[in-house]
This record gives sequence, structure tokens and C-alpha cells, in this order.
Amino acid sequence: MNIRRLFVAMTMLIIPSVAIADNENVSTFTLDNGMQAVVIEDHRAPVVTHMVWYKVGAADEAPGKSGIAHFLEHLLFKGTDKMAAGEFSQIVAANGGSENAFTNQDYTGYFQRIAADRLPLMMELEADRMQGLKLTEAEVLPERDVIIEERNSRTESNPGALFSEHRTALMFDNHPYGIPVIGWMHEIAQLSREDALEFYKTYYAPNNAILIVAGDVEPDHVKELAQKYYGPLTPSTAIPERIRPIEPPHRAAVRTIFEDPRVRQPYVIRNYAATNRKAGDQKEAAALTMFVELFGGSGVTSFMGQRMQLDKKVSINQAAFYEGVSYDPHSLGIYAVPAPGVGLTALEAELDATIDAFLQEGVDVDHLARLKTQIAASEIYALDDQSGLARRYGEALTAGLTIADVQGWADALQAVTPDDIMNAARNVLNNKASVTGWLVADKESAK
Amino acid sequence: MIRIFLSLIIFVVTAFPSFAEVKIQEVTSPNGIKAWLVSEPSIPIIAFDIAFRGGASLDSDDKSGATYLMAATLEEGTGDMDAAAFLRASESLAARFGFSASRDSVSITAEVLKSNATEALDLLKQAITKPAFNEVAVDRVKMQILSSLASDETDPDAIAAKAMRELSFPNHPYARAKEGTIETVQSLTPDDVNVAHQNAMALDRIFIGVVGDVTADELGPMLDTLLGDLPATGAPMPTKTPFGATGGTTVVEFETPQAQALWAQAGLDRHDPDFFAAYVMNRILGGGGFTSRLTEEVREKRGLTYGVYSFIASGDFGDYIGGSVASANGRIKEALDVIRAEWVRMADGGVTADELDAAKTYLTGAYPLRFDGNSQIAGILAGMQSQELPIEYINTRNDQVNAVTIEDVSRVAKRLLKPDELRFVVVGKPEGVSSTD
Repeated sequence: MNIRRLFVAMTMLIIPSVAIADNENVSTFTLDNGMQAVVIEDHRAPVVTHMVWYKVGAADEAPGKSGIAHFLEHLLFKGTDKMAAGEFSQIVAANGGSENAFTNQDYTGYFQRIAADRLPLMMELEADRMQGLKLTEAEVLPERDVIIEERNSRTESNPGALFSEHRTALMFDNHPYGIPVIGWMHEIAQLSREDALEFYKTYYAPNNAILIVAGDVEPDHVKELAQKYYGPLTPSTAIPERIRPIEPPHRAAVRTIFEDPRVRQPYVIRNYAATNRKAGDQKEAAALTMFVELFGGSGVTSFMGQRMQLDKKVSINQAAFYEGVSYDPHSLGIYAVPAPGVGLTALEAELDATIDAFLQEGVDVDHLARLKTQIAASEIYALDDQSGLARRYGEALTAGLTIADVQGWADALQAVTPDDIMNAARNVLNNKASVTGWLVADKESAK
Repeated sequence: MIRIFLSLIIFVVTAFPSFAEVKIQEVTSPNGIKAWLVSEPSIPIIAFDIAFRGGASLDSDDKSGATYLMAATLEEGTGDMDAAAFLRASESLAARFGFSASRDSVSITAEVLKSNATEALDLLKQAITKPAFNEVAVDRVKMQILSSLASDETDPDAIAAKAMRELSFPNHPYARAKEGTIETVQSLTPDDVNVAHQNAMALDRIFIGVVGDVTADELGPMLDTLLGDLPATGAPMPTKTPFGATGGTTVVEFETPQAQALWAQAGLDRHDPDFFAAYVMNRILGGGGFTSRLTEEVREKRGLTYGVYSFIASGDFGDYIGGSVASANGRIKEALDVIRAEWVRMADGGVTADELDAAKTYLTGAYPLRFDGNSQIAGILAGMQSQELPIEYINTRNDQVNAVTIEDVSRVAKRLLKPDELRFVVVGKPEGVSSTD
């Protein structure tokens, strides 16, 4: 049994995501106004996924305005010059489409899944709200209450989420990745219509957006439609350069104990500062990806699972995780959930011993071979997941990667050697650049 | 300028393109095992979805959680292999297996490569027909389930669901969590898990969907190899039970900034002649998306919640109509008042022609979007069989939605929605809301 409940937000896939094998299905173009487009063909069903991703996220917010990127994402469903509030969603629904939107540290995205012949209408609607948003106080204020309730649901009601927010804040001394995407409650409560419109005018422009269309479409036709609907939009000359405050070197291990009486299952979790996939240079990130898979990626066959869960019986669940796709460097993490009767002091000691043992013993080449088999297979399985492919391109391109990087990722993973993995592991497992947290109901009982 | 868009909407009320023809074949294996197959050779993979009716509802009260534990332990070792050896073997084949139990079924899913499908299915066969269920593995999985059950004790969603289950289906398996209780799970033994396996996984209750690069001729022998060793019959099914809660409010005090509320009342059977009318009615009332009445009134106009939904839950052994909302303790009362008022408005007044048209175009247009990949389609095929829907259902389903009239919705709303019989469960410190009994 693979339990993921506690860690849904941070656990990566068992098999790392990779580019598809058949790159002939993917094509790209850029409009004269700077809007980049990716078309992924999948003709099995007359359905299309239409997405617009903006290269702006929570990490681009001004100090004191946390949550404005996400708040604006909600407000994009209000009216424009042409549309009444809520009409966008009514039209999508009346056309049998499903839709949603999402915000992260590095991107904000909007998508619809709909019958393929409705693509022109979706483009017309999405182009309209890229620059035509109109907001009234009567719409903005209830939506701010919605977001306060969203934060209540996601974070305040969940000690694990509060703990994660606290640890993430400790991981970044200077970089805005330390601030939660949804925003701090006291700052959300102060966000205004003017804040939202200023953020919108600064960042929402065709030359800061990426169009992704996946499904039963022909690239030439998508290009014609994109020129018709998105082509007339005016590019901005004032999009701020994407330079966030850089982290200084970390010089001391940070520890924290988070107490919440609602906690019934304590655990220990540690994050290390880690590099990210960089355009044209994914080697280190590929080695880290293979490291987390070998060390803690697959339940009982991983190095952690074999030793901590099966042999020493100190944990009931344990894993390593790493998300290499981010605009700036982020982190790599490990966690363990104690077996009954095991205190967190003993568990953490065994976690450290497990790291030492891996660094001593090195890579199990059979395990590495199995992993590479799975990666090759996942290129085939990925063809069956149209929306997943579309997301993969959106996440990568808004993190500063190129289409070539996305398509080269599978090869980068296949090229990783045992030496690469051990070097990357030694490099990243630096306690002086780590944050270790305990989540407990109360300090004394969890030791 | 709104007119431009309106002109665009008007034509959509006419036909949607018929979606890629989902051509289902009924395959019967040489030994008589039936499956529904969609042959889809464009990607060299095969997806299986195998459902056994009964699921956690087959557990007796004192062994509650046994079926859930059994399903979770299927991948933890077989006659020939321990848990790690089994997982290593599946990794080597790049096969993806899933094992789970719900209140109505045990479900096994598999995605395998065409190139090594025989080996992958041989491996899966060992998990299905020769699981070891040794004490070490059973204990390991028990610890994981117990950890999750312990966390449920302080999770507002789980607390509300427990209270509502017990009120809605007293003295029936539906009153229990599929995972069991901390007490019952602690007491479960490998023998109990073996019994649950014999009870739940038999050929008299199996529903199979297969989609991918395989022909009917190839599939028959595969099914016999994979499943032929299962017993012919399993445990008797529980009987269907009527909804048991009365109208009123139950407050469960819990220290949390946001109150979590559920509500429920009697529902209708999946085969009720009014099912489609009820389904369309629920879409308008509170069925997801940004456009329902509940979302409009509770979220968009008043900002009282992030999410409010109503739903029709028609299970194999019990039915209800319900919903959920979460609002700050000081605002939940207003949210519940609005929801109750919407229940009354729908029961008394039905829907408008515009609402009905919008719901139909959404429901009929969104239906093809579900056929989003081989494993999703395999799941739909198994689900159709377990719901006893005809094999041509996919092609007639939208016609049944479109046949619903405004009078049908009014009649079914009047018949089904009973504002006075709504039972609310509220977990938190809700201001102005208290238990009525």
C-alpha cells in the first residue's frame, strides 16, 4: 500500500515526468506580438485542451501584497468590456466545456477542455480577458471573502499545511518562494481592486503569455486561429524583468518543531536547498531526479523503504521528493512517518544513518536499470494523457525552460550515470543548507 | 458587445459533434469470463479495470475494514515473492497496478505495455489469485491504515462524514467507514484478510473493462489466465437500505476556524425512471462548475465559501441526495440558510427554460470529455456493467439527457427535494447553529 495522504502536495510522481517520444506530434510558433504557442496533436477524440499560461506567479508579487497573483486569477472570471461577470463560465459550460485556473510561484494558468470545434470561441474569450478586464468593488470584495475561505479550507483547517507553510518560510532567507502562493491571511485581507488591476496591467500581455493547444487540431489551423484572436493584442513594453531576490549562502542547519493539538500522526521532514532544471543545462537536475527515485521514490523498493520500513521497521511511510521545474532554485526533500512506539529523535537518527549508508554503498545498478526501463515506458504512457502533456510544456516554459529542454529531458535522465548520482547526492545533502521540521501534537510526547 | 458572444452561443444548442466512436465489443473468454473491450491500437499499451461488486459493504461489523485491508495488501507479496520482490518485478516490466476498495467494490486497475503484456498479467495474476497475506505484510499495511484513521479523528471533513454516515444508514454497512475503525483494524488477522479475499473476489460479481492495443481474440485467453483461478462465488450481498436520517441539525463541536457542513436527505435509485431528470435538476441546483444556483448564491453573491456542491449519491446498497459547504464559524449559519432556501426554491418552482437548456448543453457536451485516455475509458466500461447499463448506453445517454423536459424537472424536484427532511451535520464552532435533537 502506498500512502500519500499526508504529502499529496509535495510528493512527486513515482515515475519522473519525461518528454514524449514522438516529438513530431508537438509543434510551436510565435506570434508577431511575442505570444509563444505550442500545439500537441492527439487525434483519438474530437476534444481539445486550450490553455493560456502567464509567466507571472506569486514569486513576482510586490512585498506586502502576497496572494495578489492568485486573487487576480479568481477575478479573471469577472467581467470585461464585452462580457458580464460570470458570463465567461456560462458560455464555456453552455458549450459543454470544463474549465479551471491555477496559480503557482512561477505561473498563472487558465484552461478549458471542450469539443475541438469550439476552439475559436475559447480563444475569443481568453483573448478578451487578457487585456479587457473590468472590475467593480461589488465583485472584488465578495471574491476576497471567497479567497479567505479558500485559505481556511486549504491551510488553516490543516495542521500539515500550516507546518508546510512555516517550513517553506524558513527555507528562504531572501527569495519570495518563502511566501505562500495563496498569501498570508493578514495580507489577503488588505488586497484591493487597485492592487489586482495594477498587477494585471503589469503582467497580462501577449508577450508574457504562452498558448498551449492539445488535442484534435492541426497546427496550421491553430496558428490561423491564434493570429486571428490573439494576434491583435498589444504587447507590453514594460513587463518587469524576472529577477527575484537571490538567496545568500546558507550557513547553519535550521530546525523547527511545529506543535498543533490536531496532529494525530507526527513525522519528520527535511528540505535541502537544491538546484533546478536550467535551459540548456539539465544534467544536475536529472541526476537529482534519479537520486530521489533511487533513495526514496518507490515505497519498499527504494533505499529508504528497504532499510527504514522493511529492515529497521522504524517507519510506516517514507520518501524523497524533488521538483526540478522552477524558475529559481528550490529544494529537495525527505520525510519519514514513525512506526508506532518510535520517537522522532530515533527516527531522525535513522534517517541520517540511512543517508550515510546510501552515500557509503552507492547506486544499486539493477535498481537504476529498472528506473530507466520505467522512464522509457513512461514516454509511451504519456501519449495517453493529453492534458498532462499540455501541463508539462506550460510548467517548463514558464520556468524559463525551452521546448528543446522538455523534449531532451528523457534523454537527460537516461544519460545519468551512477557517478553523476553520487556526486549530485553528496552535493545536495548539505545539512548547513537544510531545514528539518517535526510536526507534533506536543513536543514532549513526540520525542 | 455582449451580443457578439450571444450570437455565438445560439448555434451551440444544436448538435454537438458526435465524439470519437467508442466501439465496445462484449468478449466472452473460452472459460466464460465476460469483459467489455474497446480495441484502440494507436498506442502500444493496454488498460484493464476490474471491479468486484460488494467491496467494504461485505464486512461484518466486528471485521469492519477487512476488505479495505485486503485490497491494500494484495500488492504486498504473493506465494512466490515478498512485497519488495513483487514491486521490483512490476518495475522491471514498467507495469502500473492499482488495488483499492470502496464501499461498493474492490477495484483492480492495470496499465501494461503491449510488448510485455503476458509477463505483466502473469505477475498481476499472482497478486489477485495467490496473495500471501503474511503477518509481516498485513501488520505493515495495518499500521498505515491506523495512522490514517487516527488522523481522521481531527479532520473536520472526516468527522462530518462519519456523523452523517451513522445518521443516514444506521445498522447497515454504509454506516461504517470503508477503512473500519481503529478498534476493528487492530484486531484484524491474516485469516480475516484471507476470508475477505474469498468473500470479495469471486467470478459471480466481476465487471471488466479493457481498452488498448489488444483484439477480442487475444483478450479471451488473457482473461482466463488472469482470473480463471478465482472462486466461482463469494459472500452474499448486503440488502439495500432506506435512508435513515430525520430532518434536523447535528453540531459536532470541534476547535477549528472554519465550520465544515454536510447535508443529506433520501435519494433515488440509479434505475429510477426519474434519474435523468434528477441528474439534470442537480446540475442546476449545485452540481459543480461556476454556474450552479448554490455557487451563485453562496459563493459569487455573498462570498461565504470557496466551494459549495450538491450531489446525487446512488449506491448499490443505499441512496441519498446531499451536499457540502465550508464557511468561517461566524458565517456558516448564513450559508446554511441560503442553501435551505435554494432547496425550497427548487422544490417549489423548478427551473427556467434557459437554465434547463444550459444544463443540457453542458451535460451533453461534457460527456465526451470523460473519455480521456485508455484507463479512464476502461473504468467507464467496468462502471457501466456494474450499474447494469446496456452496452449501447454511451450512444443513448445524451438522448436521455436531452429528453428531460421542464415539467420533468419540476415534478422530480417536487417529488425528491424535501427541505423539512434535510439533515445537516456541522463540525466546528458554528455561531448561531445548534443541534436540534
